[in-house]
Amino acid sequence: MSLAAVLRRLATAAVTLFGVAVVVFVLLRVAPGDPIAMMIGPGASEADIAALRARYGLDQGLVTQFFIWLQGLIAGDLGTSISLRSDVLGLLGQRLPATLELAGAALVVALLVGGTIAILGTLARRSPGEAVVDGANGLLLAVPDFIWALAFVLVFAVFIPVFPLTGRMDPTIDMDFATRFFLLESLVRAEFAVFGNIVSHMTMPVLALALPLAAIVARVLKGALIEAMGQDYVLLARLKGKSELRLVLQEALRNALPATLALTGVQFTFLVGGTVIIERIFAYPGIGNMAIDAVINRDLPLIQGIVLAFGAMFIAINLAVDLAVAALNPRLRHG
Amino acid sequence: MSAPLLDISGLSAISTRENARVLRDVDLVVAEGEVHGLVGESGAGKSTIAKAVLDMLPRTIRVTGGRIVFRGRDLASLDRASLRALVAREIALIPQDPMTGLNPTRRIEAQLTDGMRLVAGMSRGEARERALALLEEVRIADPARTLAAYPHELSGGMRQRVLIAAAFALEPKLVVADEPTTALDVTVQKQILRLIRGMQERHGTGVIFVTHDLGVVAKICDRVTLLYQGKVVEAGTAREMIETPRHAYTRALLAASPRYDRPEHGCDPVPGSVVAGLEAEIARHDEGRAP
Ligand SMILES: Nc1ncnc2c1ncn2[C@@H]1O[C@H](COP(=O)(O)OP(=O)(O)OP(=O)(O)O)[C@@H](O)[C@H]1O
Ligand SMILES: [Mg+2]
Repeated sequence: MSLAAVLRRLATAAVTLFGVAVVVFVLLRVAPGDPIAMMIGPGASEADIAALRARYGLDQGLVTQFFIWLQGLIAGDLGTSISLRSDVLGLLGQRLPATLELAGAALVVALLVGGTIAILGTLARRSPGEAVVDGANGLLLAVPDFIWALAFVLVFAVFIPVFPLTGRMDPTIDMDFATRFFLLESLVRAEFAVFGNIVSHMTMPVLALALPLAAIVARVLKGALIEAMGQDYVLLARLKGKSELRLVLQEALRNALPATLALTGVQFTFLVGGTVIIERIFAYPGIGNMAIDAVINRDLPLIQGIVLAFGAMFIAINLAVDLAVAALNPRLRHG
Repeated sequence: MSAPLLDISGLSAISTRENARVLRDVDLVVAEGEVHGLVGESGAGKSTIAKAVLDMLPRTIRVTGGRIVFRGRDLASLDRASLRALVAREIALIPQDPMTGLNPTRRIEAQLTDGMRLVAGMSRGEARERALALLEEVRIADPARTLAAYPHELSGGMRQRVLIAAAFALEPKLVVADEPTTALDVTVQKQILRLIRGMQERHGTGVIFVTHDLGVVAKICDRVTLLYQGKVVEAGTAREMIETPRHAYTRALLAASPRYDRPEHGCDPVPGSVVAGLEAEIARHDEGRAP
């Protein structure tokens, strides 16, 4: 993809995000529920309530509120969370890296697991092994992420407690992080004990998110691989004495990937959506978990900020997929 | 004369997909260094013979009898691994369609050299040198640039030259060319025919040349086997077949050559009486044989 095309995509993305902002803003204001009522005790006076309303701008008209919010947005200010009484941008900055690491790790695991299943299934095609692989994949495909999460909690945290049940790492860990990307930072700084601790905390939520996506990756990739394995260039390479594994990895995989990646991108956005419930189950401190509290508290500025963050993630995922697909295709790369 | 390069005798096969005979007692002998034309209309079983020699028959075609002896070895007596190794080393294929014969995602160098490295154990540098020499031999103008190119950057003729270079890369004893020019422009076709003949002569390679076209046979083949519905109708030297054809079917084809295979260029040129005669021969052949 050319630079101009990327820039065009980014411009479209900005318009899309703006649209998302408008819709969310209007929906939240129209929906019933009062954030102030949620934050004060039953004994508050009318005057107190009015003061709070004024403080968060809730006494203004809808249009005025929107423009105040938009002005802030352009200046990089997403407002103040009503329930947490703290800067929304700051909260996102604190929580978003945790979600990005969770979703990113789940994507990597899904591609590895799904890729392995697809390659095994391709190698075993038209043998009894294929039914085994397809059966296992069918199971992965049928079970949603939150069921995996509950099953993992039962098996690996309750019956055989091998993984910690909640959080991002043990609270006793005392490391001065420069960023909020704890997983990456501990790895880069070679703090392997900390890294291991984070990994063990992430194992269950990552697997719960990854397995359904892995099943989809496996199915699509296997179909594409088997199709590619029937192409003339594979037959010729087989005549030259290449083993079936080499044929799959060297000849078929590159040709099968673009279609698979395009679909994986769409499905990955569902995975990101799934972080909301999964983070909740494992008390993982990401924006998904925070989103649920924000909704319960009718914390309008925070909800808006989180929705925008999710929207930006979806757009970034789609752009990344398009770039990856283009990079894999020699025709597009040169054209 | 020494033992032939390839000696096929009594080869029979059925298609389980169509539940029909595909090859009927085919005998075919290819001498070392000879170009052997395999001619017949669509569905005659030309590709099936080619695939049987390369051990790449689809599962839906089953060999029911006969032997394929290559350089004195009965292919059926070899285990899978030795057969694969033998084919990789000594038999090569030039495919019909140069557009699908090359992997779109790999550079020409990788595709041309993997056989050399895998089978002949050459180093990367040796394989590259050999690839450059081969591309020069198939008269590609800029071998170094071609090695770095992806298939889509080459024309159809160029790709077929690359595939011919790849076929001759390991000095095989036998090259199977399955209609290697049908997908190309007429002018390019002539160049490619000349190129295959030249390569084959220089390297002393035997060639099975599959074609519809008796005109092509006259240009490049030493001997010819003509098939109809998987049965050999006539076999002999190219000169004999063209100058003194014995079978009525051969004569009908020669009269219609080179367009007999394209019904859209006129009505079926083989007279009904000839077809009836052929059908009767087929029926006589099949009589009393297990289906
Ligand atoms: N994959 C397959 N499975 C079963 N039968 C097949 C298969 N491919 C071809 N056949 C059958 O085998 C017979 C011979 O086909 P073959 O491809 O050898 O013909 P051909 O002479 O090469 O024809 P063409 O000039 O069209 O390439 C045909 O009747 C065809 O229907
Ligand atoms: Mg054919």
